[in-house]
Amino acid sequence: MPNTQELYDARIKRVADAVQLIEPDRIPIVPVFQAFPVYYMNKWTIQDLMKDYHKCTEVYDHLYDHFQPDLGWDPILFYPVNYMETTGINWFRWPGKHFDNSNVMYQYIEGEYMKGDEYPEAIRDMTKFMMNKWIPRSFSKLSGLAKVDFRNSMWFGHMGAFAAFSDPEVQESFKALFKAGQELMDWFIYLGEYQAHMKEKYGIPPLYAGFAYAPFDMIGDSLRGTKEILMDMYDHPDELLELIEVATDFAIQDTIAGSSGKATPYVWYWLHKGVDDFMSKAQFEKFYWPSLRRYITAVADAGLTPVIYVEGSYNHRLEYLSEVPKGKVVYDFEYIDMAAAKKALGGHSCIMGNVPAYTLSYGSKQDTIDCVKSLIDTCAPGGGYILDTGTMIDDAKPENIEAMFETVYTYGKR
Amino acid sequence: MILEELAIAVETGDMKKVQALIPQGLADGVDPQDLLDKGLLAGMAALGARFKAGEVFVPEVLIAARALNAGTVLLKDKLVAGQSVSKGKVVIATVSGDLHDIGKNLVLMMLESTGFEVIDLGVDVPVEAVVEAVRENKPDILAMSALLTTTMAFQKDIVEALKVAGLRDGLKIMIGGAPVTQDFCDNIGADSYSPDAPGAADAALALLS
Repeated sequence: MPNTQELYDARIKRVADAVQLIEPDRIPIVPVFQAFPVYYMNKWTIQDLMKDYHKCTEVYDHLYDHFQPDLGWDPILFYPVNYMETTGINWFRWPGKHFDNSNVMYQYIEGEYMKGDEYPEAIRDMTKFMMNKWIPRSFSKLSGLAKVDFRNSMWFGHMGAFAAFSDPEVQESFKALFKAGQELMDWFIYLGEYQAHMKEKYGIPPLYAGFAYAPFDMIGDSLRGTKEILMDMYDHPDELLELIEVATDFAIQDTIAGSSGKATPYVWYWLHKGVDDFMSKAQFEKFYWPSLRRYITAVADAGLTPVIYVEGSYNHRLEYLSEVPKGKVVYDFEYIDMAAAKKALGGHSCIMGNVPAYTLSYGSKQDTIDCVKSLIDTCAPGGGYILDTGTMIDDAKPENIEAMFETVYTYGKR
Repeated sequence: MILEELAIAVETGDMKKVQALIPQGLADGVDPQDLLDKGLLAGMAALGARFKAGEVFVPEVLIAARALNAGTVLLKDKLVAGQSVSKGKVVIATVSGDLHDIGKNLVLMMLESTGFEVIDLGVDVPVEAVVEAVRENKPDILAMSALLTTTMAFQKDIVEALKVAGLRDGLKIMIGGAPVTQDFCDNIGADSYSPDAPGAADAALALLS
């Protein structure tokens, strides 16, 4: 029986082999668990975990006692409610506060946090825009930041600029920020401790070094909203492209600085709005892909491994995806014809996916086994395949998760 | 001529053109009902057909819908009530515990542009509220959306609750959402599943034909 350090090293190598298109000793399994650990243990609710993240240790230990993936989540998906309350974040709805049901996952609500006519000021001075407009609109307890502007402190302007700090609203906002900062740091320390514990007790490496988003989505998800950014391709095409470039520059810097030197090199990119139905190929080529490709390439060139988590249908995007460094990028697909994906990317990029959520939640054990075998048959030959579920897993049947792991452990062996 | 121009303006999402053509049409004595049916809605229908054919995508539908709405606002007081012929009445909702509205709103837009009257209950709608809305509005079709495996089961609960309330007979039920499948539709006793918005409009027409 190998010790946990040996298991850890073997798992690191197994996934790295798949990424580098070498056939591993068996197919790596890296399921994206969301609320599943909570439902599976059935002791605490999602609300309980968000109120007290230390309870996550018991819940995730229960998960890893039964299932050992080749890369594992720490409990980062259960955001601490205290931080959300301290900042008054506007873009989440969570159990206990907005949902009566204490055991549903929190959900993200889009808003128009930047108006269509504000592109020029965001492009001209992103920092000022974020501080004076985006932060106050996104976080109700940080409204005082709207009144702070250090640009005016030049020469004797400092007296006016600093005097803003006498304003009670400004003071309250900064007090909230100090508190929120401490709450975040305490949580990050907890997550780091859980990762160390995962390694020691189970030999499971952490799933991520960092998280990233397509530059188009950064603006669409958090500044403009889906409907708005899709219409901006007509209403503000040049400004949109310019702001995407600004966002791409700082995203590259931030990702490389924040994700280098971690236990694993995987930077997860969550893709949203470039899906088949949401834009034409011409729009994808112009607005979505060039900045994303630049971002992926820069991060891969820095020695990190982008894992592109493709949400939604991407059947008509496959031809673009090989325009990144070979053997250094992973594409994790939600809804796609995996045979077509293998054909388009085989020998170039590792692909990942995609046992359907429906099969895991509503299918039988045999349905799951058949699905996993078929995926391995289709995707494994020649290397470059990691098994994942199609979407993040919430209320899957435990026996189906068990069957998924068991089939990979046996049928997925070389 | 102006009706064709108006249709093209909607189809290309040219809101300003629509806002110029409607007053011009009214000043020229064109029947407001024609401006609506043969101008605005004809343009949206043409675009809808191209959306179904995969020639245009969501952004084009959004700007066309915006142009259409800008036109209908200008016609609002000019139309005689009850003169429009509806293809049918639809009640639409995202189910309880689920806040996703993008897919639901796309389906709503496609249904309206196909000529359905649509009553939108919004998101996170409890089972009882859906049943109540069906009782009150007596729609031809109930359309439901769920984007999470944890909320899709409410679609089943609603079908059951409608049966218990004696409202299931004569009502057609359509479902959709990322994790939803035809298999699920069959299992819960809904009438139709569609994987996308144009498909939903086609399915609604087929259900009532």
